[in-house]
Amino acid sequence: MPAKTYVQTNINGEHVDFLCEPRQSLLECLRDIIGLTGTKEGCNDGNCGACTVMLDGIIVTACLVLGVEAEGKEITTIEGIAQGSTLHPIQLAFLEDAALQCGICTPGFIVAAKALLDQNPDPTEHEIRFWLANNLCRCTGYDKIVRAVQHAAEKMQEATV
Amino acid sequence: MTTADYDRSVVLSSVEYKVVGTRPIRPDGADKVTGRALYGADFDMAGLLHGKVLRSPHAHARIRSIDTSKAEALPGVLAVVTARDLPQVEDASVDLGEGATTLKYLRGNVLAEDKVLYKGHAVAAVAATNPHVAEEALEFIDVDYEVLPPVLTAPDAMKEGAPLLHDGLTTEELGEKTSKPSNVASHFQHVKGDLEKGFREADVIVEREFNTKTVHQGYIEPQNATALWNNDGRLHIWCSTQGAFTARDATSQVLDMPVSQVVVTPMEIGGGFGGKINVYLEPVAALLSRKSGRPVKVVMSRADVFESTGPTCGSNMKVKIGAKRDGTITAMQSYLAYEAGGFPGSPVGAGAACVFAPYDVENVTIDGYDVVVNKPKTAAYRAPGAPNAAFAVEQVVDEIAQKLGIDPIELRLKNAAKEGTRQATGPTFPRIGCVEVLEAMRNHPHYSAPLDGPNKGRGVAIGYWFNVGLESSCNISVSADGTIALVEGSTDIGGTRASISMQAAEVLGIPAEDVRPSVVNTDSVGYTGVTGGSRTTYATGWAAYEAAQDVKRQMIERAASIWEVDADSIELADGVFQSKSDPELKLTFKELAGQLSGSGGTVVGRANINAGGMGAGGGSFCGNIVDVEIDPETGKTTVLRFTTVQDAGKAVHPSYVEGQMQGGSVQGIGWALNEEYFMTEDGAMANSTLLDYRMPTSLDIPMIDTVIVEVPSHDHPYGVRGVGEANIVPPTPAMANAIHGAIGLRMTDLPISPVAIMKATWDSKK
Repeated sequence: MPAKTYVQTNINGEHVDFLCEPRQSLLECLRDIIGLTGTKEGCNDGNCGACTVMLDGIIVTACLVLGVEAEGKEITTIEGIAQGSTLHPIQLAFLEDAALQCGICTPGFIVAAKALLDQNPDPTEHEIRFWLANNLCRCTGYDKIVRAVQHAAEKMQEATV
Repeated sequence: MTTADYDRSVVLSSVEYKVVGTRPIRPDGADKVTGRALYGADFDMAGLLHGKVLRSPHAHARIRSIDTSKAEALPGVLAVVTARDLPQVEDASVDLGEGATTLKYLRGNVLAEDKVLYKGHAVAAVAATNPHVAEEALEFIDVDYEVLPPVLTAPDAMKEGAPLLHDGLTTEELGEKTSKPSNVASHFQHVKGDLEKGFREADVIVEREFNTKTVHQGYIEPQNATALWNNDGRLHIWCSTQGAFTARDATSQVLDMPVSQVVVTPMEIGGGFGGKINVYLEPVAALLSRKSGRPVKVVMSRADVFESTGPTCGSNMKVKIGAKRDGTITAMQSYLAYEAGGFPGSPVGAGAACVFAPYDVENVTIDGYDVVVNKPKTAAYRAPGAPNAAFAVEQVVDEIAQKLGIDPIELRLKNAAKEGTRQATGPTFPRIGCVEVLEAMRNHPHYSAPLDGPNKGRGVAIGYWFNVGLESSCNISVSADGTIALVEGSTDIGGTRASISMQAAEVLGIPAEDVRPSVVNTDSVGYTGVTGGSRTTYATGWAAYEAAQDVKRQMIERAASIWEVDADSIELADGVFQSKSDPELKLTFKELAGQLSGSGGTVVGRANINAGGMGAGGGSFCGNIVDVEIDPETGKTTVLRFTTVQDAGKAVHPSYVEGQMQGGSVQGIGWALNEEYFMTEDGAMANSTLLDYRMPTSLDIPMIDTVIVEVPSHDHPYGVRGVGEANIVPPTPAMANAIHGAIGLRMTDLPISPVAIMKATWDSKK
């Protein structure tokens, strides 16, 4: 058994430290060590986007990041998107627009969509489709996901006016 | 939500209800947008071990021996199992809800015994203290293989002298057992009328051959199972399955234990599309748990999912159609040879039931062949077998229309199946919406919109899926605050908690939000069939309707006893119980619910139904209009506009019906343009990642416009039809017809990739 490394991070605004083997991915650390199972595994090779999280504000697939690389980093997962008991406008839009069916890809899409709207509050349909092309959804055909992101963008802009 | 948001979706409503037909937020919504919903791989418990499965590196080989001793000796390894750990049992049939197999084949697919029949076939499994140790241990299992030549397509497998997969397999020829060993498990035939007479009457005849490749359901969540063989001898399983009861039954049969000794708890499920009906890991995890005395979780890798679970079949098909000058189709003939994978059981029977379903034609012959090949055993995939058949038929119908100079929708309307049409497979259609779907397509602005410019084409197609009914159960408890707790056994893959709850709410006159649904384990509700066959909203929704009727009856009796009047004099209207004779006597559902405890106790309603077999509700028709543009330099197809029209009977939650239609459309677009198992000559899948198995991304497709047609089914209380599957049937031929419109070439093989288009273009210029 390889020796474990001590890692200190900030996850969803809270200091979190954990021990992990050098070979363990951030995805494994989040799910199996820290217990944040909202981040999903669909392929473990960076192609499906189900494990999308934010690492120092940049979206990454957690399966392609090692746990030890999280040292000193700020991580946002799906568990950190809602503000307390209030859903984020993107989460609400996904529900109102029926933008999920099975829901397994949803955490990754919501984290990715938040990263998009954080930097581009008024994206075109093409910009949304381009940005979300890292995330696979097999249920919805994307139509309602794209609309939900459009609606969330509208709501968020109304709220800032 | 304003109607402007949905100007690209239309519901052609027939009957209006208060709750059914509205768009409430799904009851499990908050859990699924916050990451709280627990899927199979999220399950954890004290002492959990992790299992990994050793899989065959060969597509076809005899297993001479397996030595697990070195793996067993590895620190951290607590159990190793092979097929020798499975009990020897008598062969029997195993019902999978949407198809059946035999116990011998199911067992042989779970763990290979003397032969491996595809690359990825499970051979042994290890349980260890962590998944990395389990994976390392696999390398210490020595398997001695005698490698055999593989056979990878139906035409090759049917040749004289082809390598045989199963020593004991002989063809069942038109229902009769034959004695000659073969890769053809069965050949069946459906005949209606006189085919030769039909072709003699025809003024134009078109005949073509088509081929399609193996494709996968592509659900994002890999298969998983956690098993605990408890110290009392009871086996507990937590898994992502489309059917907790079918998983329980199949597992108990493979392990030769009484069905009551197994309890399956369905976790949230990350997509299935038919692929999560079969058991793969459940019996293996169970054996590992029995041997180690610990709970064991096994989760597949993506490569495992592609190489070891059931995709849908590749196929070789021939279709011949004859028609008169006025467009009357006089004869239809099809030859369908479907690949079953390593064990018999392709969806060719279902394909045959759908191949000519949209047409009312006098003279029909359908031949079906179920052929084993050295690829993973096929499983159900959304309208299994029907998209293959439609790819062939709908292109030939298109060609007939062109030859006759008749509009392709008008030609289909002229020959459309309707109530009373007898299908070639036997059944006569009850009320169906084939004509209504075609009319909605013809009337849609998309169909008359101009499509200008070079390299563009428009295509149409229609398809059918018959749907199944099967058994469902439901219990409803009335809470003191006037809400109801609804207990059901259908795993929710696409919003069925909502669509089932809404049907109960409609009966009781309460808001959808006042229903609290739970999907429970196999100990906690009556037998409920798979979430498959487009049956859940139809059949489990019907069970919820009946359970709510039971609640209503009991609540009326309670009001009668409180008011000391006759129960017949009380009615429930708009959520209010009231006396028909005394207007003073009325209680809302909520008020009466609050009085139950003091007036005799709580009310629990229940229902258990069997909603019928194949063709329950009459099934659903779906049609597509699609515009494409081909890049002449690269052969890339861009979908410019896509409209899907489907008969939902009654759309209980239109947003989720649209979701099914859009999802089925995009899966069909992927099937048409890119998706395939790219097989090497020695039978390995060369593209078993989600990078190389090219499913559509959000960037590949436009918005998918929907039209929900509502022709109520003849039997369901709200006229519901299953909507999950028919929507994947027309996309591949609609795309092919559109591509024909763009480049003038008939693309008879799937996928119609850029390479295929460039090759066809070059060949046509030779």
